[in-house]
Amino acid sequence: MSLAELICPAGTPAALRTAVDAGADAVYCGFQDATNARNFPGLNFTPEELAAAVAYAHARGTKVLLALNTYPPAGKVDLWRQAADIGARLGVDAFIVADMGVADYIARTHPQVRLHLSVQAAASSPEAIRYYCENFGVKRVVLPRILTIPEIRQIRTEIPCEIETFIFGNHGLMVEGRCSLTNYLTGQSTNMDGVCSPASDVEYRREADGSMSSQLAGFTIDCFGPEEKAGYPTICKGRYRTDHREDAYYAFEEPISLNLSRLLPELIDAGVHAFKIEGRQRSKSYVRGVVSAFRKAVDDIRAGRQADIADLVALTEGQKQTQGAFETKKWR
Amino acid sequence: MISVTEQASRTRLPGEGAVARLACAVVQPLLSRVVRRIAASHPSVFARLGAHQSTDFLIDPVELPFALHLRPDPRALVLRAVPRDRMPEAGAVIRGKFLLLLELIDSEEDGDAAFFSRDLEVSGDTEAVVRLRNALDDMDGSIAEETAAMFGRPGRAILARLRKSYAEART
Ligand code: SF4
Repeated sequence: MSLAELICPAGTPAALRTAVDAGADAVYCGFQDATNARNFPGLNFTPEELAAAVAYAHARGTKVLLALNTYPPAGKVDLWRQAADIGARLGVDAFIVADMGVADYIARTHPQVRLHLSVQAAASSPEAIRYYCENFGVKRVVLPRILTIPEIRQIRTEIPCEIETFIFGNHGLMVEGRCSLTNYLTGQSTNMDGVCSPASDVEYRREADGSMSSQLAGFTIDCFGPEEKAGYPTICKGRYRTDHREDAYYAFEEPISLNLSRLLPELIDAGVHAFKIEGRQRSKSYVRGVVSAFRKAVDDIRAGRQADIADLVALTEGQKQTQGAFETKKWR
Repeated sequence: MISVTEQASRTRLPGEGAVARLACAVVQPLLSRVVRRIAASHPSVFARLGAHQSTDFLIDPVELPFALHLRPDPRALVLRAVPRDRMPEAGAVIRGKFLLLLELIDSEEDGDAAFFSRDLEVSGDTEAVVRLRNALDDMDGSIAEETAAMFGRPGRAILARLRKSYAEART
C-alpha cells in the first residue's frame, strides 16, 4: 500500500498552522509574488513568515513544500532563483516547479532539496514524466486532472518517481499551465503572473431584481439569479450567449469542484503516493474542515476500516462536486 | 466609489431615522474600544492590507439597525456605526447576516462558501475585500470571543446565545 500522504494548502501562516494541527503530512505554500500560482492580494508568506512556518511544521513532523510553480517570462528568472535560494536556506522539504529553467537551476544549485513537478507542467505521459526525472532529478509528479485511475495505475509502472493526485477542490478544465483566458481579457498571465481572474479586475454587481452579475475587466461572465448558487469569477466557468443557443450557457464548464473522497481506496491501490487538497486561497475554516475530513478517511483506509468522509459539498464551488476524469473520460 | 444608500433602501433594511441614530450612539463607545484593542493585539493584520489600509469598507449586517464603516488605517483607525440613511461613500461593501459576518471574521465559516451560497454579498473594490478577508483570516484567536471577554461573563453568555441561535437557524 502507498503511504497516501496528505498534501494540504496554506495561504497564510495561520492557515498553515491550522493544516498542520488538522493532520497534514505536508503543507504547500508560496511567497507574496509571481513565483507561485496563487499570487492573490493579501495572501502568501514573507521569508520571515516562511521561516517561522517551517519551524512550526517541522517541530510537529509535517513537511513544507514551496510552490515555485509559475513560468518566468523570458530572461526574467532572478525572482524565481532568489525564491529558490531563500527556500533552500529556510529548509523547505521540496520545491514544486513547472518551468524547466527553474527546475534546472534548483537541480544544480540546491541538489539536496527534492523537486516535485507541478500540475502546471501538464506532464501526463510516461515519456514526459521520465524526461523531468532523468534531466532534473524530479522525485514526484503531480498529475494533471485528465487521467482515469486505470491510466494512473499504468503510468505508475512506467515512471521512476512518486505520483501525487488532486483529490479535492477547484477544478479548472484547460490544459494545466497553458490557459490564456485571463491573459486575453486582463493582460495578466495566470501562468507567469500567478493569478487567474485578478481581484483588481473583478466586479460584482447586484441588479435590481436581486440577481448578481460577475464581471472581469468589464466583460460580464455570469449572472446568477437571486437564489442561484454562485462560482468563482473565472472565464472557464462563465455563462455565455452564442448564436446557436437561445439562453446563456456554460460554454466550457459549470462551477463545480473535484471531490474524490469515494475513490481514495482505488487511488491508493493504483499506487498514488500523495493526495493533494486544492485551496490556498481559501480560509482556515475550509482548511480545518477539509483536512480533518480527509485525515480521518485516509487513517481509516490505512487501518482497514471503511472510510466515512464528512459531507463537504457546502465547501465546493457552485455547491456541486464531480469525480471528473478520474471516474470517466466522459465527464465533460 | 459606490453609493450604497440607494441599494440599502431598495432592499428595505431597517436602520433609518431616530431609532437608528440612537442605536449608533449606544454602540459607538463599544466599537471604538473593540477596534483599538484588536489593532493593539493583532498588529500584523495591517501588513496584509497593503494600500487598502486607507480604503473605506462598509460592513452591512442586514438585520441590525445600522451598518459599520471601517477604515483599517493603523494611524487613524475608524470603526463607526452608521444609520442606513447616512452611509458614506464606500470603496467596498460586504453584506450578510450579522452572525455570518462574525463567524467569517473568526474563520468559523468559509468566505468563499458563503459567497457561493449567496449568503454573503460583496460589491465595490473586490481586491480590497480579498485583502481584508486574507488579513483577518491570518489572525489567531477569535475577535468575537475577545470582544465578549471585554464584558466578562455577561458578554460571553450573550455570544454563546447568539451562536446557538445561529447554529439552530442553519440546521
Ligand atoms: S480560466 Fe479556468 S482553466 Fe483557465 S486558469 Fe483560470 S481557472 Fe484555470
